[in-house]
Amino acid sequence: MSPAARRWVFLAAIAGLAAFYLWGLAGLPGFGHYPGPYGLIINKIAVAQTNATGVVSAVNFEYRGFDTVGEEFILFMAATGMSVVLRHLRGERERPGLERGIGADEPPTSDAVKQAALVFVGPVLLMGWWLASHAQTSPSGGFQGGVVLATAFILIYLSGGLLTFRRISPVTLTDAVEAVGAAGFAAVGLAAVLMGLPFLYNYLPLGIKPGAVSSSGTIALISFFVGVEVAAAFVLMVGEMLEQTLLVRGEAAT
Amino acid sequence: MTVLPYLVVVWILAVGLYGMVTSRHLIHLIMCLIVVQSSTYVLLLAVGYRNGAVAPYFSDIGVHTPAVDPVVQALALTDVVVEAAVTGLLLAFAVQAQKRFGTLDPHELVQIKG
Amino acid sequence: MIETLQVVVLLLVAAGATGVVLIRSPVRQVVALSVYGLLLAVLFLVFQAPDVTLSELTVGAVILPILLLLALAKVREREK
Repeated sequence: MSPAARRWVFLAAIAGLAAFYLWGLAGLPGFGHYPGPYGLIINKIAVAQTNATGVVSAVNFEYRGFDTVGEEFILFMAATGMSVVLRHLRGERERPGLERGIGADEPPTSDAVKQAALVFVGPVLLMGWWLASHAQTSPSGGFQGGVVLATAFILIYLSGGLLTFRRISPVTLTDAVEAVGAAGFAAVGLAAVLMGLPFLYNYLPLGIKPGAVSSSGTIALISFFVGVEVAAAFVLMVGEMLEQTLLVRGEAAT
Repeated sequence: MTVLPYLVVVWILAVGLYGMVTSRHLIHLIMCLIVVQSSTYVLLLAVGYRNGAVAPYFSDIGVHTPAVDPVVQALALTDVVVEAAVTGLLLAFAVQAQKRFGTLDPHELVQIKG
Repeated sequence: MIETLQVVVLLLVAAGATGVVLIRSPVRQVVALSVYGLLLAVLFLVFQAPDVTLSELTVGAVILPILLLLALAKVREREK
């Protein structure tokens, strides 16, 4: 199909989609007139039921915890799948030199980038840890904390090069940490089943004061595991891409 | 004016899809896919918004202050992180496709057999 | 009632999406995507969703650009 014909077919299809969308839009209440009952109900009862003042994290890990298990395993499988897809094809070899301390085929980084990245590693690590452990009190949680922690490792790569990055996060250790994070979440849920309660029931003590860090039962624990798993998954993915770009050479036999 | 967010959503979707359909580079196509995914985040948050409401965090305000819907925020939050991981997997596929077939043009990739 | 700030940021987001798609060179598109991620983060903040802002900020500004640039470097080196 020629590009022009492709464009016309696309425009016809998108006109049809837009027509259906606008027809469905006519039945919605306007922007800002929120009708639905669930948001109002959850806002009223969440703090009393779970002692968590961060209602979004309470929804994520408690009211909707089963969905979050599924999403976390999508992340886990994406990271694993990337390692599998980027395996060495026949005819490729990896450049030696990483073990002998010679850097890979990297262009030299400017000193300004190295200094700036180095300065920010500590604060970003602290911020990521704070975010992952304060899910129940303020706008934070496992997923946000995990990606900020992964950013700290990327800054380590920017300031130190591939060698430092590999030394700080070797593949076996990152794999193990990611597995601990994913299994920990599932284990917290299964422990509830072993106690005769529904899966992912909140069985830990809820704490006295709503919004304290050691409150809200399993929400804080699950958020910690999720943070660790997300950080490890992204470090793994970036590490795989780095090795593929900088180290793997040779013609793949087709 | 009250339907402006929904119109922006369908505009972003249409523009992203146009980019995907007329793309000549696999990585340009993946970036247009990222744009299409972002339209769903805007739609989710626009559905849950309430006039004059604040964010649903009650550590310093009373529990009965009107707040926006937290359920759609939880959906959008996990959505953002998981789509980034899936994009990484797609990029790995693109890299291996270039090694195997020698080209990154979607129009040419369609015609290669096995 | 939609606020003026929300209208402005929504229009900027729509313009940003158009900009990202219309740029054909992938390396320049990565920079545009980064800016688009920042605009989206501001939009989520104006919609009273700080959690989603935190996620989108880091993912859109750090993780996606680095994965995209590494993939681009790998395919460019083979195209030579």
